[in-house]
Amino acid sequence: MTWEPVIGIEVHVELRTDSKMFCGCAVSFGEEPNVNVCPVCLGLPGSLPVPNRRAIEWITEIGLALNCQISPVSVFHRKNYFYADLPKNYQISQYDVPVAHDGWLEITVDGETRRIGIERAHMEEDTGKSIHLGGGGRIHSAEATLLDFNRAGVPLVEVVSRPDLRSAVEARVYAQELRALVAELGVSDARLEEGSIRFDANVSVRRRGTDEFGTKVEIKNMNSFRSLERAIDFEIRRQVDVLDGGGELVQETRHWDEEAGVTRGMRTKEGSSDYRYFTEPDLVPMVIDEAWQAEIRAAMPELPADRRARYLSLGVDPQTAGALVGAPPAFRRLFDEAVDAGADAKAAANWITGELVAWARREEVDPAEVAVTGAGLAELVAMVAAAELSASAAKDVLDGMARGEGSAREVAERRDLLQITDRGALEAVVDEVLAEHPDAVERYRSGEAKVVGFLVGQVMRASGGKADPRVVNELIRSKLDET
Amino acid sequence: MSLADLTIAEAAKGLRRGAFGARELVDAVLERAAKTEAELHAYLTIDHEGAREAAARADEELASGVDRGPLHGIPVALKDNLCTEGLETTCASQILAGYHPPYDATAVRKLREAGAVPVGKTNLDEFAMGSSTENSAYGPTRNPWDTDRVPGGSSGGSAAAVAAGSALGALGSDTGGSIRQPAALCGLVGMKPTYGLVSRYGLVAFASSLDQIGPITRTVEDAILLLEAIAGHDPADATSWAGDLPDFRSELGRGVEGLRIGIVEELSGDGYEPAVSAAVDAMVSSLEAEGARVQEVSLPTFDVALSAYYLIAPAEASANLARFDGVRYGLRVPGATTEEMMARTRAEGFGPEVIRRILLGTYALSAGYYDAFYGQAHRVRTLITRDFARAYEQVDVLVSPTSPTVAFPVGARTEDPLAMYLSDICTIPSNLAGHPAISIPIGLDPAGLPIGFQVMAPALSEPLLFRVAAEVERLARFDARPEVVTP
Amino acid sequence: MPIDIDISHVARLARLALDDEQLERYRRQLGVILEHAARVQALDTEGVEPTGHPLGFTNAFRDDQVRPSLERDVVLAEAPDHRDGYFVVPPALEGP
Repeated sequence: MTWEPVIGIEVHVELRTDSKMFCGCAVSFGEEPNVNVCPVCLGLPGSLPVPNRRAIEWITEIGLALNCQISPVSVFHRKNYFYADLPKNYQISQYDVPVAHDGWLEITVDGETRRIGIERAHMEEDTGKSIHLGGGGRIHSAEATLLDFNRAGVPLVEVVSRPDLRSAVEARVYAQELRALVAELGVSDARLEEGSIRFDANVSVRRRGTDEFGTKVEIKNMNSFRSLERAIDFEIRRQVDVLDGGGELVQETRHWDEEAGVTRGMRTKEGSSDYRYFTEPDLVPMVIDEAWQAEIRAAMPELPADRRARYLSLGVDPQTAGALVGAPPAFRRLFDEAVDAGADAKAAANWITGELVAWARREEVDPAEVAVTGAGLAELVAMVAAAELSASAAKDVLDGMARGEGSAREVAERRDLLQITDRGALEAVVDEVLAEHPDAVERYRSGEAKVVGFLVGQVMRASGGKADPRVVNELIRSKLDET
Repeated sequence: MSLADLTIAEAAKGLRRGAFGARELVDAVLERAAKTEAELHAYLTIDHEGAREAAARADEELASGVDRGPLHGIPVALKDNLCTEGLETTCASQILAGYHPPYDATAVRKLREAGAVPVGKTNLDEFAMGSSTENSAYGPTRNPWDTDRVPGGSSGGSAAAVAAGSALGALGSDTGGSIRQPAALCGLVGMKPTYGLVSRYGLVAFASSLDQIGPITRTVEDAILLLEAIAGHDPADATSWAGDLPDFRSELGRGVEGLRIGIVEELSGDGYEPAVSAAVDAMVSSLEAEGARVQEVSLPTFDVALSAYYLIAPAEASANLARFDGVRYGLRVPGATTEEMMARTRAEGFGPEVIRRILLGTYALSAGYYDAFYGQAHRVRTLITRDFARAYEQVDVLVSPTSPTVAFPVGARTEDPLAMYLSDICTIPSNLAGHPAISIPIGLDPAGLPIGFQVMAPALSEPLLFRVAAEVERLARFDARPEVVTP
Repeated sequence: MPIDIDISHVARLARLALDDEQLERYRRQLGVILEHAARVQALDTEGVEPTGHPLGFTNAFRDDQVRPSLERDVVLAEAPDHRDGYFVVPPALEGP
């Protein structure tokens, strides 16, 4: 393909503070319309905004987590535009000095890890919600619009990436990573379906090997990661088709139509996007100095990237480390406890991300309710290493542990799953099997070595699966070879 | 003499002496209003019932020994851009006709807590945009000294009410001189505090970085009493000063001996009426005779202060007034779409001066013009503040006329916006710098119209400002009252 | 310097439905005022920072505490039109 996609993502994250950005109204989802409103968030005459300190701390956390510079002095601006769900007809936002700028987020696609630049993360307030009546929800043919201002003034962080993404898949992975990060920080519910995290994409294409940017199109209205990827894919193809057909692209905003699987241009008036930014005179500058930053940093949880690095340093393989980074917090704690209890980290990680995650899903048990302890998991790992448990027996043991039946050894004993490694005990079974299968013995002697596998299987079956296959294998070979 | 002609301080004494009750006091004021309002139109709303109830409560409290301080039982007027819970607040605009705020402005709440008795809401230039109170959607206010003339503005209703005795004191708001200029034109004391000293919460914003609420009174002492009640940090206003408040009385009575007083060179000359200049010169000589060291000081950037102001204030106003759109409150003019409804509501709901300033501000902020106009004005504002700082290295306070002219005839400047804007040339610099300033009446011109003397001081220097103002007041011995008052 | 003003564009930005005659009148008035206002451009402001709060303080915040909201009846009592707890406006023509 001669065209290279150039994609940037804008993410809006609603913070889950108790109160709104500039007033004391509650931040809550799914209430009756217009119950969480006051003079400030309704834009009543004479009201004034006062910023929520926690929201500023949380956007700083996001900035730090995205490896950004934190502006030592940051100011709010007014972004002026008229829209019925914007109570003051300006949005308090940030313009030239956002709280955070110039950071990066790592994404891994097809085993390749890349740093995606973060241009800025700035603080603003959310708008109210419009419900367009009639016309099947379509804006253009609606008969009236209903307005609910419960959401107006909810703290909103906008994270703008650099145009560093080169495919729809990369864009989707970036969005997922960012969502995981804010969820991890605990600063947002980050639910796509509730709109507490929202993605817009800026898409353009250019001839491969060139540096300049093509005409940029903004796509909105993508309500899932899948639709984000589909919309970008569609838009790339659309742009390439236009250009290949000798056409020209217009800079515009397009809406993703999920059902039709296409992006559509929106009606806009020329020149309507002159936002006339100016410093918000109702607010004073924010100084987020080193001391405050250090306080904020100290209160932050371990971040996915740091956690991944720690897992890798413990010897966990990259794929499992990735899975463990995204595992439920209870399972990550279990991992840490197991390692503290002396478990081999790689094995513990494999058990958790493989068997235990699957078990919890299958049994529909909340990970926090799974009864396995760190010490228990360490014991299980050790027993497997010592061949006291076969891999399949260990799964059974883990099942028992997860149900709270006791320690690994207790479960293994109670369920009679300990492996038989005693040569004396196994020798009799081996002799018996050899005697029952003289034809197999004959085939072995005539050079068909692979028949050993069959004989081992027979012994395993005779022992009820408890025989240590290594010992059995050894015994059979020595017996066949000695005569 | 009617109780309505007492100063706040006198009335406070009388109430405590038991010479009269708060109820009698408010009745005297309401009676005065009944006599004068038809001609003056100082008020947009008079809250007869609320005022009498508050006065009755004050009487009960005072009788039972609950004394809320010097404003307890004092009838005051509130400019109609201050939100009053349940009491119509229009900003003299059609767009807010019938609007009842669900809350009190902080300054109003503080006055109520101090026991003051709000009489009603006074007329103003629509959204405080103007210098004559002619830009009111509900008709102009007339000057009690000469009803063919304007009372000044934008707090002209508050000034006219206090001058006429339909309130003992009033609150106004001052963005470019809107307290001081009408006070000067009505023979009253008008004071703009340091920006941030009085909470703006509940003051319907005109230009947020310039607006301050302040008192309009008959005496300097009364101005202090009102300011003491309304000043102080408000957690609901992020721009309000959280530090210690100065003691406004700490320098009173020290006189002006040795004090360095600067006459602003740029605020004199052409365009200043001879009677105004003569009165100001005479006051400066009196101050000098009292031992003040007087010198001329040049603040060259004052020449462009008006220009900077008429970019900054409209720019902020264009955003502040965007919320009046017919969606959530106030006037709605129907339209087929939201956009049409909003655009019609705004075009019909706002008067011409407001529309002019919204357009001006929108232009000054718009792409391609921002830096040459709004951006440049803001940098010039910094230069003006620097000029002040340099001047205050040489002198302690600055003085000037409050207004280049006395009250002008109704209609004289309505067709010439620029001429109207020039009314504020002396008062605007203090707003741009955020400094306190006060106007004190010092005499009458040959036609019997009051002349105001302005004193300016550095930020948070209210004690010094009041000290000088009290001296000016003492030296001026201004005790004239408008004819409407004299029996 | 005569000042060029696209007055219909400015009126559109300010959401003001003005007729041609009004537009022309405001354009002329703005021209006069802006010519005066343009005097700020004569000053050298190279390296001058715009003015902030005159008292120069920073970091005025509130704690993240919920305070009572207004009663919905009170809120809607001032609304030109409302239905089922919502404010109602005519349909929107454009997106935000």
